Amino acid sequence: MIKHDRKGIASIPWYILLPVILAGTGVLVPLVYLLVRAFEADAEALRTIVFRPRTFTLFLNTVALTAGVLVFTITLALPLSWLTTRTDIKGKKIFTLLGVLPLAIPGYVMAYALLGMSGPYGAAADLFGITLPRPGGYWGSLIALTLYLTPYLFINLRSALLGLDPALEETAQSFGYKPRIVFFNTVLPQLRPALYSGGLLVSLHVLGDFGAVSLMRFETFSYALFLQYTAAFDRIYAAWLAIFLILMTVSLLFVDARLLRGLRLSRSGRGAVKHTRIVPLGRWKIPAYLFLCTLTFISLIAPVGTIVYWFVSQPGTINMSGLWPALSGSLSVSVPSSALAALLALPLAYLGVRYPSAISRAFERVAYVGYAIPPLAFALSLIFFSLQAVPFLYQTLILLIFAFTLHYLAEAMGPIRSALYQAPPQIEEAARSFGYHPFVAFFKATLPLLRKGIIASMAFVFLSAMKELPLTFLLSPIGFETLALNVWSYTIEAMFAEAAPFALGIVAVSAVFVTVLLRQERGER
Amino acid sequence: MIRFLLTFLILISLPLDAQELIIYSGRSKSLVEPLIEQFEKESGIRVRVRYGDTSQLAVALLEEGRRSPADVFWAQDGGALGVLSNRNMFTQLPAELIEKTPELFHSSDRTWVATSGRARVLAYAPARVAPEDLPESIYDLADPKWSNRIGWAPQNASFQTFVSAMIEMDGREKVKEWLTAIRTNGAKSYRSNVPIIQALAAGEIDVGITNHYYLIRFKQADENFSVEQMFLKAGDPANFVNVAGAGILTTSHNKNKAEKFIGFLLSTRGQEFFANEVYEYPVIDPVSPNPALLPLPELLEIMPQVNIDQLDTLDETLRLLRKVGLL
Repeated sequence: MIKHDRKGIASIPWYILLPVILAGTGVLVPLVYLLVRAFEADAEALRTIVFRPRTFTLFLNTVALTAGVLVFTITLALPLSWLTTRTDIKGKKIFTLLGVLPLAIPGYVMAYALLGMSGPYGAAADLFGITLPRPGGYWGSLIALTLYLTPYLFINLRSALLGLDPALEETAQSFGYKPRIVFFNTVLPQLRPALYSGGLLVSLHVLGDFGAVSLMRFETFSYALFLQYTAAFDRIYAAWLAIFLILMTVSLLFVDARLLRGLRLSRSGRGAVKHTRIVPLGRWKIPAYLFLCTLTFISLIAPVGTIVYWFVSQPGTINMSGLWPALSGSLSVSVPSSALAALLALPLAYLGVRYPSAISRAFERVAYVGYAIPPLAFALSLIFFSLQAVPFLYQTLILLIFAFTLHYLAEAMGPIRSALYQAPPQIEEAARSFGYHPFVAFFKATLPLLRKGIIASMAFVFLSAMKELPLTFLLSPIGFETLALNVWSYTIEAMFAEAAPFALGIVAVSAVFVTVLLRQERGER
Repeated sequence: MIRFLLTFLILISLPLDAQELIIYSGRSKSLVEPLIEQFEKESGIRVRVRYGDTSQLAVALLEEGRRSPADVFWAQDGGALGVLSNRNMFTQLPAELIEKTPELFHSSDRTWVATSGRARVLAYAPARVAPEDLPESIYDLADPKWSNRIGWAPQNASFQTFVSAMIEMDGREKVKEWLTAIRTNGAKSYRSNVPIIQALAAGEIDVGITNHYYLIRFKQADENFSVEQMFLKAGDPANFVNVAGAGILTTSHNKNKAEKFIGFLLSTRGQEFFANEVYEYPVIDPVSPNPALLPLPELLEIMPQVNIDQLDTLDETLRLLRKVGLL
């Protein structure tokens, strides 16, 4: 066994340090802004607005919802990822695609769809004569969030399962352990980095979501925060709520760091990695298909069906001419930011995994803080900052892409980090010992192993960017159009039929993008 | 890919043209885009619009301060205009624009003017509420017979402006009592008006305090939609008429064009668009009325006489809503 690398910050090469510092500064700007705003509050305002029982209720609600969504998403994503990677079921590619696609449905559209399906006037009643109970409150939020956040865990777990060294399992099996025991004792512990980073992402999403919770009428921190900005023009209380949210995120990051400490899961043995073993399901096949189909139906077919139903319920009235500019607008920001975020996540994750120290871990965490800053606050701080420092960039696509990249960096971190944990450092070291510059050694030896991770990272960021609203609202060039802006603009006015083509556009483009990425992934094998 | 790169290059290389009129619009694109296109065609002025949520745009304008590129702020709600006006961010509008509208529809310091009216109404599900059971006043909803049957949106800007109006009319204490009573009556809080209408149709609630035009849109899509709406007795706070309005920013370099734009919104053409396409109340008379709306003189008669200037006391309203535990 090769000893764990422990190097000081001084030994970190500049080409890793530079992007890391760049990201750090980018995240620091909104943080400073929030602190400045927060401390504009006088003692009286603090007492009556910030430190009151309601804030505590919001805190409890937020924690309860996060915990609930975590439990449910893990319960769904674990079997989903195992079935689509390690078993002999048919149509793994299709089920993988279907498992990822709920990400393409904006949270508030998911909530609208769930609400629109149910009740005596809902789509289900109209089409099938079934009156579904109307979801709402804690459980309504839990269901909506679980449905569209499960893919985050699924993608993380899936790429971990695909990268797993089957030799370990085989060894365990050869000792005569039952497959179930092998799974829980050998496979599951190996999935920890993926579980943690997926879980972290899910938690951060729950903390930040306001679209679904507000429609389901469940009050969390971010919902209250959103209300402060939109109803009260109150930048001070909002800043305090944002700081609470960031503190909650930081404590989650702390837990994540504790869990990951000392983890090293790369293969240390010699020889080629074997293909993953396929488990024959036998009589469990039917329940497996049943599970996959039910999940697909609830999380994808039902909400997309509801959107289609909006569309067809009012034929002929819908003007589709806005679709093309909105589509090109969406792509012109989503594509570059997904590439940039993956590019920036690479050195950040590399630093955290290969140069483990308190400082490098802190840097790595910076990405997550950027994610935790509520997008509205993020946007306001960038307005403030860019007008002061770089006015020529204000309301340009460059600033918007910059904001997207920094905000979604955290989504790109997980898969790349998991892939790095699985990539053995020895290969890179060997390449260096052949006289390659470390930079070249990384490209030749490690980068190919990160391919799946990078692909998953880009997929995450792209899918989120396609749905993004608050940053686009406040930072985009004037007159800029995206699909998501149109969906919002129509749904808010109850023009669901008009919103439908744009919502379907998001789903369709995301489906195409994910399919292309999955195909790339296959090319490697 | 090439087309994407081209779009990208065009977008980053477009300089902000000082000749263009820049509008920050809290009115959503889905509603007003055709009107803006019409203005461009008629006036020959090129317009660029930043669409967004009214209050987010207001906060953004505060953050932009003197460096704001905006010429006109067109808001969905009077409250946001009041906030900017109080911070001296609006310039005075010419008298001929202001005087087109009734007194209740512009600010007395002339910094902004209403462009259309958005009335508060009581929406109800006729299947579950008999006509004789309908309330006469908003205060009747405190009666226990409405327990667990009411829907409202205390976090919605329209609702908050309505509460400000109520405070202005009846005083803080009475409003506080009412809010508490409705709350203890088990009123369900929705994020905005659309979910209230949907919840009425879905049987979740029986009456909802909302804006008048959403239901008209639902009925446009489905004429058998099983929700109705009504005004309460004349002068009741329930009939409060909120406004959408516009002001010109002091930092604007295009004040002439901005005035032309607001003039267009207040023209017969613009006003008929609001009445017939957006289903909102016109603020000048006469324009050809939409049969789903009351004629303006009748509306002026039943709406409570609240001075629009007095509604910038959002802080007090929010304090009250927080105290009652609704925010």
